Amino acid sequence: MSQGIIIVGASQAGMQTALAARSAGYTGSILLVGEEPELPYQRPPLSKGFLLDKPGQDRITLRTEDFYAERDIGLRLGTRVSLLDCEARQVITTGGEKISYQGLALTTGARVRQLPVPGAQAEGVCYLRTAAQARDLKARMAVASRAVVIGGGFIGLEVAAALREKQLQVTVIEAQDRLMPRVVAPPVSAFYARKHSAQGVRVLLSTGVEAITTTASRVSGVRCSDGETIPADLVVVGIGVVPNSELAEQAGLACSNGIEVDASTRTSDPHIVAAGDCALHPNPYASTPIRLESVQNASEQSRVAGAVLAGVERSYDAVPWFWSEQYDLRLQMAGFSAGHDHYVMRGDPEQGQFSVFYFQADKWIGIDSVNRPMDHIAGRKLFSAGVNLTAQQAADESLSLKSLLPP
Amino acid sequence: MPKATFIQHDGAVESIEISTGTSLMQAAMQENIEGIEAECGGCCMCATCHVYVQDPFLDRLPQAEDIELEMLEETAAERRPNSRLSCQLVMTDELDGIVVQLPETQI
Repeated sequence: MSQGIIIVGASQAGMQTALAARSAGYTGSILLVGEEPELPYQRPPLSKGFLLDKPGQDRITLRTEDFYAERDIGLRLGTRVSLLDCEARQVITTGGEKISYQGLALTTGARVRQLPVPGAQAEGVCYLRTAAQARDLKARMAVASRAVVIGGGFIGLEVAAALREKQLQVTVIEAQDRLMPRVVAPPVSAFYARKHSAQGVRVLLSTGVEAITTTASRVSGVRCSDGETIPADLVVVGIGVVPNSELAEQAGLACSNGIEVDASTRTSDPHIVAAGDCALHPNPYASTPIRLESVQNASEQSRVAGAVLAGVERSYDAVPWFWSEQYDLRLQMAGFSAGHDHYVMRGDPEQGQFSVFYFQADKWIGIDSVNRPMDHIAGRKLFSAGVNLTAQQAADESLSLKSLLPP
Repeated sequence: MPKATFIQHDGAVESIEISTGTSLMQAAMQENIEGIEAECGGCCMCATCHVYVQDPFLDRLPQAEDIELEMLEETAAERRPNSRLSCQLVMTDELDGIVVQLPETQI
């Protein structure tokens, strides 16, 4: 079988790549191959409103089958590509089918990092990445009473908030000495630790996990590095993800913490692009190549990838943004704050509304806002306009951020 | 079931039935209405499900919350007094017959 474009990975990035190729005028055949059996769906709600059946977030399918058919985008779901042969320009599925391509997109995403301790295979230990896992967790939440969340990052904390809303007892265990340590400044971590504690969550920092204890192969608790065993009938593990780059690696494409791409999303093979969570890319907002695990990156990078496959040269330069919802708090982030050497604040954590502005020397590189959406939006606009805030401007509450935008 | 009508930027009109409790964004995605992206999945974060709500329905809608008002600053197309994010517009019996126009672009 022969195809014009094959896209491996049928998620947000895969779908957007297909649509972008069509929008750019590509008229050849497009085949979207996905390992999961379901139609491409929206992932952000899975750790948020979906778990609580919030209206508007309870149905996550991106588009129906007709939508793809109308655009002549073939769907091959429940199918795993096991081999990529760049020289023959061919992929091979686990079923043994060989499909050749003129252009290939790898939107293979990432998978959850597994908890490497004894007992981790027990019934009742959950992960959250796919819709199937979210449905499973939702079902278990309804009958469990004592939950332990391993990992105090976005996924772990969003799940902890959802579990509290469902009245479960919740303990969060984080190995580092503060919550969300890799992504936010200490005042944000401290603010969230206070919020979770006030909501009744027991937050354990600087605490490792030694084992999952079990009774008849079912989880019964979590044994911590300090020797304490916390009883639990539900354990949710959120300790990060690993990029799905094996297919690319085996094919000889350059990979290092993801599939290496250039600003046009091309891999080391000119016929192959990669986008989304799996792509290690140069980003104008970061000093070294990065991988972004966000729907913003999945969507916007894939629009570049699809256009490039269709023969329309483009380059990826969108402002990174991300958000997390926990209780009534909305943390919104723009730019990329890793590598900052100082930060200033606007607003007051005591009032529950504040923003943190991150700087690397004199360069403003990121903003995190908690329940201050106006700062977030202004931040996104300032970044796109190429405005460099000073720390003095950022900290001056009397100065309107929007007033700094070019007319 | 209540109905909603979507008018595309080029004037094409599509009417669909939407069960109460479902957002206009969700329904539009499920019914393959063009012109809505909804990247963030209904979390009010991306402003790519922007619509212009026609009278008299604008006044029948619940007031936009602050977060929606701020996100409306990020719409790709012009923000107008009747701009709303369709992920925040949940169908009710009172909204039966609602008409929304889609902007020229969402991205």
